[in-house]
Amino acid sequence: MSNETETKQLKANAKPEEPTTFVAYIQRWFMRVRAGDLGSLPIILGLIVIAAIFGTLSEGIFFRERNFVNLLLQTSGVAAIAIGVVFVLLIAEIDLSVGFVSAVGGVIMTLLLRESHTDWPWWAAVGAALLAVLVIGLIHGIIITKASVPSFVVTLAGLLAWSGVVLILTTEFSTAGTIVIQDDIILGVANSYLPTNWSWIVFALIVAGYAIYELTQMNSMRQRNLASKPVSVIVAQVLSLAILAGATVWYANLDRGVPTSAVIVVIFAGIWTFVASRTKFGRYVYAVGGNPEAARRAGINVDGIRIACFMISSFMAGIGGIILASRLRSVDTNTGGNSLELNAIAAAVIGGTSLFGGTGKVTNAILGALIIASVDNGMGLMGWPSGVKFVVNGCVLLAAVLIDSISRRNRSASGLA
Amino acid sequence: MSQKPLLELKSVSKNFGAVQALYKVDFRVFPGEVMALVGDNGAGKSTLIKGIAGIHTFNDGEVQFDGKPVSITSPRDSAALGIEVVYQDLALADNLDVVNNMFLGREKTTSFGTLDELSMESEALATLESLSVTTIRSVRQAVAGLSGGQRQAIAVAKAVMWNSKLVILDEPTAALGVAQTRQVLNLVRRLADRGLGVILISHNLHDVFEVADRVTVLRLGQDVGEHFVKETTQQKLVEAITAGELTHVPGMQEA
Repeated sequence: MSNETETKQLKANAKPEEPTTFVAYIQRWFMRVRAGDLGSLPIILGLIVIAAIFGTLSEGIFFRERNFVNLLLQTSGVAAIAIGVVFVLLIAEIDLSVGFVSAVGGVIMTLLLRESHTDWPWWAAVGAALLAVLVIGLIHGIIITKASVPSFVVTLAGLLAWSGVVLILTTEFSTAGTIVIQDDIILGVANSYLPTNWSWIVFALIVAGYAIYELTQMNSMRQRNLASKPVSVIVAQVLSLAILAGATVWYANLDRGVPTSAVIVVIFAGIWTFVASRTKFGRYVYAVGGNPEAARRAGINVDGIRIACFMISSFMAGIGGIILASRLRSVDTNTGGNSLELNAIAAAVIGGTSLFGGTGKVTNAILGALIIASVDNGMGLMGWPSGVKFVVNGCVLLAAVLIDSISRRNRSASGLA
Repeated sequence: MSQKPLLELKSVSKNFGAVQALYKVDFRVFPGEVMALVGDNGAGKSTLIKGIAGIHTFNDGEVQFDGKPVSITSPRDSAALGIEVVYQDLALADNLDVVNNMFLGREKTTSFGTLDELSMESEALATLESLSVTTIRSVRQAVAGLSGGQRQAIAVAKAVMWNSKLVILDEPTAALGVAQTRQVLNLVRRLADRGLGVILISHNLHDVFEVADRVTVLRLGQDVGEHFVKETTQQKLVEAITAGELTHVPGMQEA
């Protein structure tokens, strides 16, 4: 075969794979779903089912504006922690310590804020707390990589040790085991709401930013003659984002408004999505999760990437800890308990991040956290006993992992992954 | 074959403790030729390749690249010279797509420091096109969904993309079917036709006769013959592999 005909064949073969019309795009999406590449579909269907169940059981209370804003508040803390967990899951490791590491962050911040003692400004207290959790992540990462101890064991040890640190700090510095937060800005994190006009400005920025990004991307792809999404698909994607985010903002504004903590989580999700998908570091994280040997041979500092992922996990746990402390307006001996780490890991896994590394998205961790929070919220409304709650939570996690494993089997059968 | 060799090993030796893995091996590759390296298990093929790739260093002997003596002490040294190795396990990340795999560790970035996906995609397409790799339908699909031959093609394309001068292929057809083997052998031939030196390690003499220009036979760590493929037969090669004459009997103390 001459080179010329082969080249022609390449062109003929390479281009049509990417659909060019709206209908073709939808058809391909259906094909991928049937082949087992479900994307965020199970999470969204799951949310609808959960909402339907608790909406009916609670006779509509679940859907009230007030409960909707509560739901956003409940989601924030776990979502922040889950975003960090995604990074350790991506490199096929696990971090069981995030619950109590978040508590360490919250407690350190609260202690430094006490007006009667240190009385640090809020930013210094937050900075010190985040620095402390970063060091914790560094310690975990170094032990795991340099001493080759499985992350499961190291972070399990971390879970025990850091829960002890929380207990020591809270009992040492208070008589009743509860330390109240007095700083208005920190209290505002989970107890203040965006003013209506600001909420719409944020909404407009997000939607416009997304639209501009997609359009410039399409434009430069066309200039280079690469296959790109059709305009109609981009319009549909921007519209669905606008409708979803718009409905959220509008409905939250009927009650108290969009919680500040939710905005903080969205900002961090944006930053980490950018890091994961647009930077060399993010690419290396996926490579280390997919094939560490390939990453090593490509000259990637595999241990460095691993350590950085544990630091990200601890850092986001710290952010989550601050949000949770603000929500409760205090820290106590019980902070970080109630299987917080398991909820955060479950949120990441329900969000479609594989426990075997290499696949997962930061944003889907928020959806996963929303599922966990919805179930919690619904069961709380119904006043179910905590035993039942644990059983239900376990079933939700199991269902998520089952869906993942079944769709994975279909995917490998149809050669998608 | 009048020009000077691209890579020339003169009397290189390597021992691991008491084990003499290579003993005074001479080996030459010219630009634009496929040099096959054959030998039984334990003959020292891998040791030789690893020495060239800088995974370990030879204890003795001289290495010349482009006519100049060089010292290759790390994989980075060999990469800097333009030597790329495609190992048998290919080392592709299944979860990443074709473009990302081809650029892994050498990503292009924009002036903002973000990944420049578009120029990487263009360049990957151009490289695949220049190698006439026609079977890959989309460079944005995950490598997990590709066949063995396609994966081999990606690994080879990845190796030649960096202005490499010498490509070493370790058993590239070992796990492939008939049609895929054909595709990969065609690809190997095209690399040499582009002026690269190619070292092909193979157990399959059929492949060697189909694609190689010359063949070096190793036996028990020594080179027992360098032949033009056109001037030898499979029969002679098998004899050399199994019973080639040794200058040094393993286990015997040197005088």
